[in-house]
Amino acid sequence: MIEGMTALYIFMLAAVAGYEIIGRVPVILHTPLMSGSNFVHGIVLVGAMVALGQASGPLEQVVGFIGVALAAGNAVGGYVVTERMLEMFKSSKGSK
Amino acid sequence: MHNIIQISYFIAAFLFILGLKRMSSPVTARNGIVWAGIGMLVATLITFFEPGMQNYLLMTTAIFVGGVAAFWSGKKVAMTDMPQMIALYNGMGGGAAGAIAAVELLKGEFHSQTFLTLAVLGALIGSVSFSGSLVAFAKLQGLLRRPMRFPGQLLFNTAVFLVAIALGAMLIIQGEFTGGIILMFFAAALAYGMFMALPIGGADMPVVISLFNALTGLAVAFEGFVLNNAAMIIAGTVVGSAGTLLTQLMAKAMNRSLGNVLFSSFGSSDAAGADSVQGSMKPIDAVDAGVMMAFAERVIIIPGYGMAVAQAQHKVHELMELLLARGVDVKFAIHPVAGRMPGHMNVLLAEANVPYDRLYDLDEINPAFPQTDVALVIGANDVVNPSARTNPDSPIYGMPILNADQAKNVIVIKRGQGKGFSGVENALFYGDNTRMLYGDGQAMIGELIEAVKDL
Repeated sequence: MIEGMTALYIFMLAAVAGYEIIGRVPVILHTPLMSGSNFVHGIVLVGAMVALGQASGPLEQVVGFIGVALAAGNAVGGYVVTERMLEMFKSSKGSK
Repeated sequence: MHNIIQISYFIAAFLFILGLKRMSSPVTARNGIVWAGIGMLVATLITFFEPGMQNYLLMTTAIFVGGVAAFWSGKKVAMTDMPQMIALYNGMGGGAAGAIAAVELLKGEFHSQTFLTLAVLGALIGSVSFSGSLVAFAKLQGLLRRPMRFPGQLLFNTAVFLVAIALGAMLIIQGEFTGGIILMFFAAALAYGMFMALPIGGADMPVVISLFNALTGLAVAFEGFVLNNAAMIIAGTVVGSAGTLLTQLMAKAMNRSLGNVLFSSFGSSDAAGADSVQGSMKPIDAVDAGVMMAFAERVIIIPGYGMAVAQAQHKVHELMELLLARGVDVKFAIHPVAGRMPGHMNVLLAEANVPYDRLYDLDEINPAFPQTDVALVIGANDVVNPSARTNPDSPIYGMPILNADQAKNVIVIKRGQGKGFSGVENALFYGDNTRMLYGDGQAMIGELIEAVKDL
């Protein structure tokens, strides 16, 4: 179990990491990066699966089902869209 | 098995951070998303092996339904419609965080008051992000045309927010979860997200979407604490902080503050003066401008007399060589009155070894602007002022101009914010696709060269 201070430390270090990663990103990458981080929080899928997996009773199951479906949409959609956007960087670089 | 699961989450968290890091540079961006994708796959697959899980059929069906719908829509959407799709997928993530919290609240088995508080906070933030993102999506998709504003809106929104907080506090303090209060809590949180996004104008939406993106990350992190899932905590927190910074950067690139974007819309009117120029000048720094040009396919450079004054033509030539070496198609657009006499500019450029076949005159180059990624204006002003084409009241109306405003992006290198030779306000500088690079021509081109070299 991640408790108390340990949780705070993880939270603090992850926050610093996120801030540092973005540091000096050029404007043309703002939208792809927003899209990429949008994909990363698609990890909520893992939590939604656990919630549904431990759900009992129809109400919990319905809410859990909605959660998993939404989370899967976040992860898959986020990936597809980001990949398509970043694809453009390859084409403009490779054409000699 | 427990250890394998924990290690898998650890690897996933690491791959997310690595992926995001690589996505923040144009050179490595493409495989950044692949790394993050592998992380997601690992985390998702291993979750099927979590102990004590049921409802596998429901789970796979839900993943299939959500995944296929998102895959299909994500592949189909046009590049111009990307922002609203990000809003939509982000909203789904926020909704999922809310749903996790709802299931946990319905079960009502919390280890401590702290976990309960985090669950409620995550639910609040996730729900706000969910409904707010959906409104943002609807606006950009053209389903909601006008910003919705009414008197006392700020007060009303604050009231809705306070109601949501109060209901959340009731859940935490009472520790007794009757369906009614849970339902009212979610309803209030969803309503607040909606009312928060409704008054914001379409142009500011990317900033707002980025803010909701950060909020979803935070909600995911909070629910991660509740579920004791390290991958969720780390990925969510990283996105929360990176997203916050990104939101600030985007607001800055638009020359707005975040508070301005969120609250200034109250009470502003859309009156358009006959000869006033709309919008604001948006600055850019040399690094961003350099990267933008290095990754463009077609660049048109528009030199004006200001370039010659700054003695920047040799530097411009160097920049052209660098861009050509990267496979960028570089052309020069020469306005008939560029320089001090016809042909002056051609000479100046030829002197700097710019090949003649790269120089195009007005009639040759104008049809090419709409297919141009970046138009770089150096020391030219009136010759690129679209008012000459569009505004019959302008003193320079009817003058033939270079249609730089039709390029996808325009970068203007300029000493300050003053007006042109004719004293006419230049509508190009206020365009949505225009960024101002303030400074001496020679020094700025030098910085652009450094920026391109550094890639």
